[in-house]
Parts: sequence; C-alpha cells; structure tokens
Amino acid sequence: MDFFAVVVIQVVYAIATLALISIGLAIIYGMMRVINFAHGEFLMLGGYATVIPTHAGINLWFSMLVIAPVTIGLFGVVVERLIVRRLYGRVIETMLATWGLSLLIIGLVSWIIGYYQEGAAPPLGSILIGSYHVSTYTFFVILATSVIVVGVYVFFKFTPHGLIAQGTMQNDRMAAALGVNVHKVYAVTFGLGAALSGLAGAILAPMFGVMPIIGITYITKAFIVVVSGGSLVIGGTASASVLFGTISQIVTFATTPIVGEVALLVAAVLLLRLLPQGITGRFFRRGL
Amino acid sequence: MKLNWAVIGPAAAAGCGLALAGILPSVVETFVLVDLTAYIVMSILALSLALVWGYGGILCFGQSAFFGLGGYAYVIGLINLGDSTIPVALGIVVPMIFAALLGYFLFYGRVGDIYLGVITLSVSLILYNLINSGAQFKIGSAAIGGNNGIPGVPPINFPGVPSSQLSYEGSFQLSLAALVIIYVALHFLLASNFGRVVVAIRSNELRTELLGYDARLYKLVTFVVGAAIAGLAGVLFANWGSFIGPTVFSIFFSAQIIIWVMVGGLGTLLGAVAGASIIQAVTTWLGSNKIADPNIILGIIFIVFVLLVPKGIQPRLADWLRSLSAWRGSSGKLT
Amino acid sequence: MSLDVTRRSVLRIGTGAIAAVASLGPRLGLAESGDKIRIGTIQDLSSFLQPFGTQKKRCLDLAVDEINASGGLLGRQVELITYDSQSNDQLYAQFATQLALRDKVAVVHGGLQSSAREVIRPIFHRTNTLFFYNTPYEGGVCDRNCFCTGTTPGQLLENLLPYMIKKYGKTIYVLAADYNFGQLSEKWTRKIASENGAKVVASEFFPLDVAQFGPTISKIQAAKPAFIINTFVGPAHASFYGQWSAAGMKNEIPIASQTFGEGGEILRMPPEVAEGITVCYNYLDEIDTASNKVFLQRMRTKFGSDFGYIGDLGVNEYQGLLLWAEAVKKAGTLDREAVIKALESGISIVGPSGDVSLDPVTHHCIFNMYLAVAGKDRKFIIQEKFEKVRPTNPNGVCDLIKRPETNVQFQPEAL
Repeated sequence: MDFFAVVVIQVVYAIATLALISIGLAIIYGMMRVINFAHGEFLMLGGYATVIPTHAGINLWFSMLVIAPVTIGLFGVVVERLIVRRLYGRVIETMLATWGLSLLIIGLVSWIIGYYQEGAAPPLGSILIGSYHVSTYTFFVILATSVIVVGVYVFFKFTPHGLIAQGTMQNDRMAAALGVNVHKVYAVTFGLGAALSGLAGAILAPMFGVMPIIGITYITKAFIVVVSGGSLVIGGTASASVLFGTISQIVTFATTPIVGEVALLVAAVLLLRLLPQGITGRFFRRGL
Repeated sequence: MKLNWAVIGPAAAAGCGLALAGILPSVVETFVLVDLTAYIVMSILALSLALVWGYGGILCFGQSAFFGLGGYAYVIGLINLGDSTIPVALGIVVPMIFAALLGYFLFYGRVGDIYLGVITLSVSLILYNLINSGAQFKIGSAAIGGNNGIPGVPPINFPGVPSSQLSYEGSFQLSLAALVIIYVALHFLLASNFGRVVVAIRSNELRTELLGYDARLYKLVTFVVGAAIAGLAGVLFANWGSFIGPTVFSIFFSAQIIIWVMVGGLGTLLGAVAGASIIQAVTTWLGSNKIADPNIILGIIFIVFVLLVPKGIQPRLADWLRSLSAWRGSSGKLT
Repeated sequence: MSLDVTRRSVLRIGTGAIAAVASLGPRLGLAESGDKIRIGTIQDLSSFLQPFGTQKKRCLDLAVDEINASGGLLGRQVELITYDSQSNDQLYAQFATQLALRDKVAVVHGGLQSSAREVIRPIFHRTNTLFFYNTPYEGGVCDRNCFCTGTTPGQLLENLLPYMIKKYGKTIYVLAADYNFGQLSEKWTRKIASENGAKVVASEFFPLDVAQFGPTISKIQAAKPAFIINTFVGPAHASFYGQWSAAGMKNEIPIASQTFGEGGEILRMPPEVAEGITVCYNYLDEIDTASNKVFLQRMRTKFGSDFGYIGDLGVNEYQGLLLWAEAVKKAGTLDREAVIKALESGISIVGPSGDVSLDPVTHHCIFNMYLAVAGKDRKFIIQEKFEKVRPTNPNGVCDLIKRPETNVQFQPEAL
C-alpha cells in the first residue's frame, strides 16, 4: 500500500517537473508565438545562478527563489531587446536566432564558468512513507510548481498588467491604438517567461545538477509539452504535463526508464494525431 | 534576346557540378575530396528538407529519421547480402515506405505546422532510443550495434561485382553526380504542374483544396519524395564514413538540417546546398583551429546572420545580383 | 550579355570554392614542420564531452612537453597536431582522414566514446596509421594496428565486485546507462556475480540524458539489494546521487560505480552526497607514489593549481603516449611495423599509476588497479591495490600474435 503511495507521489512529481520546465516556454510561445530555442539555456543559467551564489556562501533559498529568477529575467529582457524584438512575426528567423543564442550561451558558460558539473545538495532531508524513503524536496517542487502555475494564472487573469498582456497578444495593433506600449509589454512578457525558466532551473538544480549542456535535456520535453498543450498557456501546459507525466512514470515503474521515455514520445505522437491543434485546441478552449 | 533563365540557370549549375566532379579529383588532394564528399552528402539531405519544408510547407523536424533509416537499411542489407546494389535500393525504399505510413498518419489526420514538427521530432527520438538500446539485436547477420553504431561498412561496389569498390575519388564523384541529378530533377519537379500545386498548397491550403486538389495526397507524395532523397543521402553517408550510428536520430542532428535550410534560404534549392556546405565547412574549420569554443563562434555567426541576412544566403545573393543588373540597365533580366 | 551571370552558377561555384578553401584552411601551429615528428590527436574539446576531452588533451600536452624537454624522440622534437571533434562522430571521421592522408602523422592518440573509436579505427587500419585508444571501454577490440590502454570491464569488475560482495552482501542492483559500455558491463556483472556466489536481482537501463530517478529509487527500496553498482555517464551522476541522498538513502544501501569520478565528480559534488561511493580504477589522483607526485607536480606547474581532477581518462593518454615513445626508442625508427614489433616485445613503462606494460596478445595493458572509496573531503581514500591485472580476453579469442590479421571488436557472446 505504501508503494502505491510512493508511485502516486512520483507521478505527481513528474507532472510538476514537466510543468515547471515548460511554463516559461509556454508563456513566450503562447503569448508571442516565439519559439525560443534558447529556453533550455535559461533553465541552465537559472541553475548556475543558484549554485554559484550558494557555493559562495549565500543562502540556498535566497539564491534559488530570488537571485535566479531576477537575474535570468533581466537577461531575458536584454535578449528580447537586442535580438527577439527585431524578429517578431518571423518565426523562422526567430528559431535560427534563438538557436544561435543557445549555442552562444553554452559556449560562453563552458568557457567562463567551466564545463564540469556543479551540484548542490538537495535540502530538507527525507521522510518515511511506510518503509520507503522519499525526499521531502519532492514535495517542495510540487508545491512550488503549483504556486507558480496559480500565480501565472492570477497574473494574467486578474491583474491589469496581465490583462493588458493578453490583449496585446490577441491584437497588438488595437492595443497600441488604445495607448498600450506594445514593445514594453512584449519585453516584460519575455522577461517574465525567462524569469520563470530561470526559477525552474534553480528549483531543479539540487535534483539534477547543472552543467553547460543540461539545457538540451530540458528543451525537448518542454517543447513537446508546450506544443501538445495547444494554444492556451496554463490550460495547455497543465493538461499536457498531467498526461505525459502520468504515462511516462507509470510505464517507467512497470518497465524501464527507456520504455518510459519512448512511451512519452509515442503518447505525444498519438495525442497530436488525435488532437491536431493540441489539447487546448479542443478542450478548455475558453480560459487561459 | 530573351534567355530562359529557368532552364539555363539549373543547366549551368548542373554543368558546373559535373565539371567539378570530373576535374577536382585530379586537382586537389584526396583528403579534401573526403571533406567535400561529406558536405555534398549533407547538401543532398538539405535538399530533401528544402523540398519538403521550403516548397511543401511541411515543417518536418525529423528529416534525420529518413536519413538514418536509409543509412541503416543500406548497411544492414550490405552486411547480409555482400553486394551493394540491392542495399542501395533498400536505403531509398525503406524510408519511402516509412514516410508513406507516417505521412498518411499525419496528413490524412490534418496535422499541420508546428504540431507536425513535434510529431516528426518525436518519431526521430523514438528511433534513437530504440536503436540505442538494441545493441545485440540482429537483423539477419547484422547486429544493430546500439550506441556504437555499425562500423566497418564496405564502400559501394559496381553493381554485380562486389570486389570492385569505390575509392575516395569514386565516392566523391558518385555523390556529386547524385547531388547534381537530384538538384536538376527537383528543379523540374517543382516547375511541373505537380510542383506548382505543392507550392500553391504551401501558400494557401484551403484555397488550393477549393480549387479541387487533394492537398493531403500532394503533401504525402512530397513527403515520400523527400524521404527518398534523405534516404539516399543516408546511403551515401554510410558509404562515405563507412559507418552509421544512432546519433543521426538525435535532436541535435535534426536541428542541424533545419538550420542549414534556414541559413541557405527557405524556399530555395541551391540555398540549401550552400547552407549545408558552408556550415559544415565552418564547423570543420573550427575543429582544426582552436580559436575559441566552436559553439561561441557558431552562435555569434547565426545571430549576426539572422540580423543581417534574414532571408538566407540565396535570396540575399539573388537580391544583390538583381540590384546589380538593374543598375546596369535593361540588358538581361534575372527572374 | 557577357557580364550577365546566372546567379545560380555563381552560387554553385562559389559554394564549392568556399568549401574547398575552407577545408584547406590553416592549421594551428604548423607553418614549417622542419624536422619534427608529427603525432596527432582527436579529442572532444567542446560540447557534451568537453570535460573528458580537455583532460586528455592536457595530459597529452604534458607528455609531449616532457619528451621534448628530455631531448625529444630519436633526436627530434615531437609536435602534437590537435583536432576538436566537438563530440561529433562525423567530425571524427573527417579528422581521422586528415591526420592519415594530409598530416601523415606517425601515430594518433585519441578517441573517447566507443562509437567514435569504431569510426576511426577502420580508417587508421586502412591507411596504416598507428592508433592508440586510451580510454576505458567495453573491451573486445582486436586489431593489430590499434593499442588500447584503458581498462576493460573485467579488470575493473573482477576486483570491484568481489570486494563489494564480501563487504556488503550477495544481492546486487545494476543501474546502467543504455549504451554498449553500460549494457556489456551489466553482462559482465552478472557473470562475475555468479562466479562469486552473488546474484543480480534487477538491472535498469537509462537513457543517456535522463535525470529523473524517482521511480528507480523506489524500486530499489522495494528490492532491498545488498549494494548497487552503476555505470552512469555525465549528467546522470549528479542527478542520481543528489536524488538518492535527498531521499535519505545514502546510508541505507552502499553504491559502487564504474564511472564515478572520471569526470571530476569527486571535486564538484557535495561531500555529503558523494561520500561512500566505491570505485576501482587504474589511476586516481590520490595514489601515493613518488611517480604520481612528480606527475601531479608537473601538471600543477603547467596548468596552474586549479586543473581539476585528472583521473584515469587523462592519465591513460599520458601513459599511452609514453608507451609509444618507449617503443619508438626501442625500435630506433618511426616505421609502423617496427614500432608494432617493439610494442609487442613486452614493453613497459612506469607511469603515474605504477607499472604499465603492454600485453602482446591483446594489445591491451597490464597494470595496477586501485580500489577506493569517496571520502568526506572531496578525495578518494584508497583501500586496496591490485597488481599486474590482465586485460579481459574471454576464451582467448583475441590473439594478435597467432592471428595478426584479426581486425574486429569481439562481442562477448559467451557472457
């Protein structure tokens, strides 16, 4: 019975992880239709922004929850102004530019910080469920993800900034005609997406470690989740994460991690075939 | 005198290509030919995506899957059969069959656009995982090899004569001839009625369907043709390197092909060739000369490139040449 | 009409010209070779495998410096031509061809992953370019032109597993990266386990990049093995040990690893996470011998004190080059055939790991193996030393003295 509880916890944790790594990309893609190939690198930088201050003596939580999102968010704003801004509406060019950015960041981090893998010990210890040890940090990740998802929803649905951002996304000319500074909205939204990616990387750093090329681990799954989710930011990310997280973990428990990985990919293929506009192309259409 | 550039252009390119095939082996050193052959093979692969994506509008993120399937089918066939003639055909036909099935699954399900990109990427990654795990799995007498891939593949031989195998020079000439033939064939395919419908579908699928064309079928055929070309590239790759491995199915390689086509100019053929060749050459050069981390250099090149040459190499060059001839006056119009 | 150029022909010729010129491009450090001996290396100095390739290159640089400082080889200075394969097998093929056909080097030391080795080994065999592969791998290569100076699974597992079985118990859980080295090591583990009265209760294979070990950790707890042995590569190390200790399992089930530490993990991972992991390698930085102290001192002088952890991947290159140099001295010439005969004559050197000698029959190394446990302060503590450990050669399938024309990598079907 306690094994069943452990399975449930692991499934929820996997869902949370998928949602966490995807939410930043979902915002940027969902709001601005920008395919950010450097998304994985924002996560990676968030990890470094946690680990390096921690090694220098700063409190882990502060590094993770404050330093990481703020620095990566600002970095995102810079990227938006220098590169992405010139390419709005041009999907192909954005892909190429962000791919180039991804390589550049990986190269710079490898060169400046070094290419070894850094680690920070996961805090909070462990608890016993029946006779099974489970890391308490798992619960923190689940909690943090929930808070972030709810926070994003609240932001876009209920705050003036969020509503303006939605409006700009739907019709930027109308928004501009109504006096909205569209460029600023885009910059802030991109920065927000970047900040959330940085935060995600920071939260996951104790569990995964950081190294310059770890972004590639993230980008594939995030990309699949975001696109499968469909056009809605929250609804899409949440539903896709639930679906894929559950399938891949259950299969992994039943067989091996490789088969679990393949199961996730197969699920994506089948899902997109059945729902060619993603999940929220068909379900939960009204909403965020 | 009005010149039909639509015919002269490709003819001149083909002529140059064949001339190079004939002349270069006696002019340059063998190791240069080996590098050039690699670029040529990748150019063929880029052409396949240029057709499927640039003209067909199908964002296939898994063109590498057909490349890899072609390579593996060829190698496994060659190890089992000993003579390369049938395996070469297998390397083309197996990806075509796979593409037909996958294409049917996709186009008749009306999947498009980025969603199709994700599916094709997932398919490529599924193949990667399966092959990686199946090291000891055998097809006939050929073990799949897992992550090590299948090395030690003998070169293509003259049909029916297993002992007369291609040399480095021969591989170069064969690959370049294949590139020229495929380029010319694609050119004519795209200029034909079929090609025009394909392009029409890319610009506006609904309108084309309302005109009576079954977009799904046209896309399927385009997809299968693209897979055949990619498969042939896979065969030539296995011949060039004497190996095939699962990394061809990885996300990194899948993205590379997209990058080549984007750099060369989406919607062009020669652009794809240029994009693939130049990026490959630069990557090779960076590996031989330790200036800085190659990722930094390549990253900067791509970013600057996008900001300065957004449409890609070929369109930019075409614009430049057009402005030159406009400056020169009325003699000779470039289409 | 004469100046109206077809844009396509311009592009065509231009492309060919650019590519041709670019591939002829200048190489670092070679203007005039003079009377130098040229040797080559292909290493992964960027992208995924950068940490490993960089250490190997450094050790090679040091070896070349030492040879040159003591008068060179056969009275000539040695020059190392380096290519960065960027963790890409296709580039390995291209650069191997260049080293063989253009640079015409006397020997090539290099290669990291087995897939890369199997790409270039046939190229060097075909072009008669002597090749040293200096990396631990899954074993089985039997090629007269190729010398492998890294450990094979038997050498490692035959010493590591009995130690763990005796100390902790007879039930084993195997965690392996899902590629040839991991898969073959798992088979070796089963074989050696049964030879020692132990049993593998379960094996799990992981994608090379996965980082999610929750289900596995739960399954391990359900299986309650006496110990775990893993062959992770790269990112999986930090992820697994981090999650393992986060789940509070660190003191519950001991872990042995075939690969932990080779990427400098001992320095980077928090000690409270790494402590207790047992390993067995030909070389560890912590080896307390005079020759190793000298070696470390020289590394420090050349690369600064902060050169990270060297490990056996780097030292294998160093020892490999010294072995080759020794054979050249013995043969008195660079001629490949003579050098091979010298290498097969029972040659040996004293490297940082101790005595290293070449086994003529398999072209692999006979050397020391050190068993160690990760300690509290980012250092390994050596527990045992095994001397003159022979390379694995099941049923004596590989015999390059009796059957010099062999050119294959044996798959251990017997396992």
